[in-house]
Amino acid sequence: MIKVVILIGGPMKGTRFRPLSLELPKPLFPIGGFPVVYHHIEACVKIPELKEIILIGFYQSSESLSKFISSAQQEFNIPIRYLQEFQPLGTAGGLYHFRDQISMGDPDSFVVLNADMMGDYPLREFVEFHMQHIGEHSVLATEANKRQAHKFGCLVEDPSNHKVLHYVEKPEAFLSEVINCGIYIFSPTALFKLMHDILQENYHKMSEEPFSTSVETVRMGEDVLPNLASSGTLYSFKTRSYWTLLKSAGSAIYANRNVLSSYHKTHPDLLAQNGVNKPHIIGDVYIHPSATVHASAVLGPNVSVGSNVNIGAGARVRETILLDGAELKDHCCILYSIIGWNCSIGVWSRVEGSRCDPNPNEEFAKPDGESLFGNDGKLTPSITVLGRNVTIPGEVIVLNSIVLPHKDLSQSYKNEIIL
Amino acid sequence: MKALILVGGYGTRLRPLTLSKPKPLVEFCNKPMVMHQIEALVEQAGVKHIILAVSYRAEMLENEMKEQQKRLGITITISHEKEPLGTAGPLALARDHLTVDEEPFFVLNSDVVCAFPFKQMVDFHKSHGREGSIVVTKVEEPSKYGVVVYEPKTGRIDKFVEKPQVYVSNKINAGLYIFSPKILERIDLKPTSIEKEIFPKMASDDNLYAFDLSGFWMDVGQPKDFLTGMVLYLHHLREEEPSLLREGPGIIGNVLVDPTAKIGEKCRIGPNVVIGANAVIQDGACLSRCTILQEAVVRSHSWIHSAIIGWKSVVGQWVRMEGVSVLGEDVIVKDELYVNGGRILPHKSISNSSPEPQIIM
Repeated sequence: MIKVVILIGGPMKGTRFRPLSLELPKPLFPIGGFPVVYHHIEACVKIPELKEIILIGFYQSSESLSKFISSAQQEFNIPIRYLQEFQPLGTAGGLYHFRDQISMGDPDSFVVLNADMMGDYPLREFVEFHMQHIGEHSVLATEANKRQAHKFGCLVEDPSNHKVLHYVEKPEAFLSEVINCGIYIFSPTALFKLMHDILQENYHKMSEEPFSTSVETVRMGEDVLPNLASSGTLYSFKTRSYWTLLKSAGSAIYANRNVLSSYHKTHPDLLAQNGVNKPHIIGDVYIHPSATVHASAVLGPNVSVGSNVNIGAGARVRETILLDGAELKDHCCILYSIIGWNCSIGVWSRVEGSRCDPNPNEEFAKPDGESLFGNDGKLTPSITVLGRNVTIPGEVIVLNSIVLPHKDLSQSYKNEIIL
Repeated sequence: MKALILVGGYGTRLRPLTLSKPKPLVEFCNKPMVMHQIEALVEQAGVKHIILAVSYRAEMLENEMKEQQKRLGITITISHEKEPLGTAGPLALARDHLTVDEEPFFVLNSDVVCAFPFKQMVDFHKSHGREGSIVVTKVEEPSKYGVVVYEPKTGRIDKFVEKPQVYVSNKINAGLYIFSPKILERIDLKPTSIEKEIFPKMASDDNLYAFDLSGFWMDVGQPKDFLTGMVLYLHHLREEEPSLLREGPGIIGNVLVDPTAKIGEKCRIGPNVVIGANAVIQDGACLSRCTILQEAVVRSHSWIHSAIIGWKSVVGQWVRMEGVSVLGEDVIVKDELYVNGGRILPHKSISNSSPEPQIIM
């Protein structure tokens, strides 16, 4: 028997995803037309002998979250529960806090996924790999390049048996090109014993540093994984499938492209088709059934259109996510952007961002642009993001900008954050 | 009567357009710039002989002028300077043409467009009987120009003040003159500035008078002013000859369209647009404050404001162009690009956006 825990974080997290995460928990942000965590659940239900899925985070239980959970339970026919941390307990503290819930029913192992990543990760093979060393632990790893690896958790394995010899979270110097994907399989008894020891140690340190806030927190990358590595009980399973963190809004466009592309295999019915009296579709496009798109509009590649979106005559949309209820008036052009819920774009206006994809000439490159500002203090050109209910008038350009919710713009903007 | 038009050099300020055509032949509001002047000289003042003072060889100009002299039944002479002679030297070079009789002659800066007052200039010049009359026009910011100080009643010019820091006058030299042949005694065959070296002397011996221009005036020698001049000229057409302007659904304000140009459906054209012969504007394009030269194509859903689109250029679908962008001849701008203040040289194909003003070689 196996369980899945998805760590969904909380409202003080996901700040690089603002202004979109101001409105909606980031795990519910739609990629390829469906929430991020929906894709995780869909991948997890393929695990044999899966008993339940537990979401752990510190979002206040909200209507959007509970609606999502109940519809996902029905669709995938699996029990899904949300357990709310009363306060952030570090990237692994939530697991320890809810150890009784996780251990209930005595699962051999449980899978842990961080919700802030997307990928085409091979969960089934990963579980099979783990079964060869039940009682110990596994981490899913992928490759990064030398330039970027240090921004992730890096690990070194013994190639003969895949045992992790050394683990460092975001090392200062180069350690390895093998990085942690944020997906693990743990054996509950051994893991919770280790976490208990870590907390004990924190408690003893408290007498030395009485104002330390870390007494109740356990961090996955800094506390748990290095310990497991040095005790010789962590194994790595390497995948070369596409994988990305969803930190910045720019990475959402990259993830959207990969998810849409995966639909060719998994859900070809979700991809829009060309046809008489239908808009012109280029490449992979998802259109929600309730959206209205004029037949003279041109969409794609890499476009997701949310529910009740209205797209006017002669509109052009490329490399963009249109969230529910957005309205695109005639002749407008939207490139490399996320258009928030209920936004309105005027006639002949242009909303354009810059491509934030990983460098295609670098092997194993991941999306850059994790920070909003460059070393020169200027806004780094990135995708354009419009928050909820932003109105763009006709004939203007909004280029490489971030517009916070509920703004009525009256002119063009370039390279600005508009409060 | 005779007229000398100071064409001068290569017209570098109007590049990239002047890389394909000599500046006098670049169409301003669907007519070569120099033809605005030539036709007005012929129609208003009965000018029979026009001398173009040019400091470079331009076969294209010579051939075109041969056609035009036949069409208009006049003589057009190209006076070719071996070295640039400034604004006065060309008069000395053309001395033989200008002194065939005692009649006064016109001298024009070739970059000027306005409601040409040639008839009134002749009357004014004859009324005071001195060596020269220059047209002056009012400007908003006189401190950027050389201004003319003159007696309002008679027009007698007192002095010229270069970029005045304290207000002395808001009238500037408009680049249109009429002179009696006697002026030639003041000019030697060498590079000379008529404004700086000849006019002050004429003013000091009371031989120069100012004629106040009432209508619009613009020096259209560079792209920004070319577009401003276009707006003024179209406004002038609205008042003088509104039948030349296009009306109808999708047309806003003053729009001049050659009859051979094609405009698609659901476009919005204007205000202040000029579309040249055989140009094609496809469905759903939006144009304002721009000139589309002959045989250029603007494809569907593009938005163009403040730009000059060169001959035979193609602007792709969903292109946004603004900020005094100028496309030379036969430029291709691929679909969905953004060009702001770009100067794009002829025969270039653009496949990346240019969001900040730059020259694309």
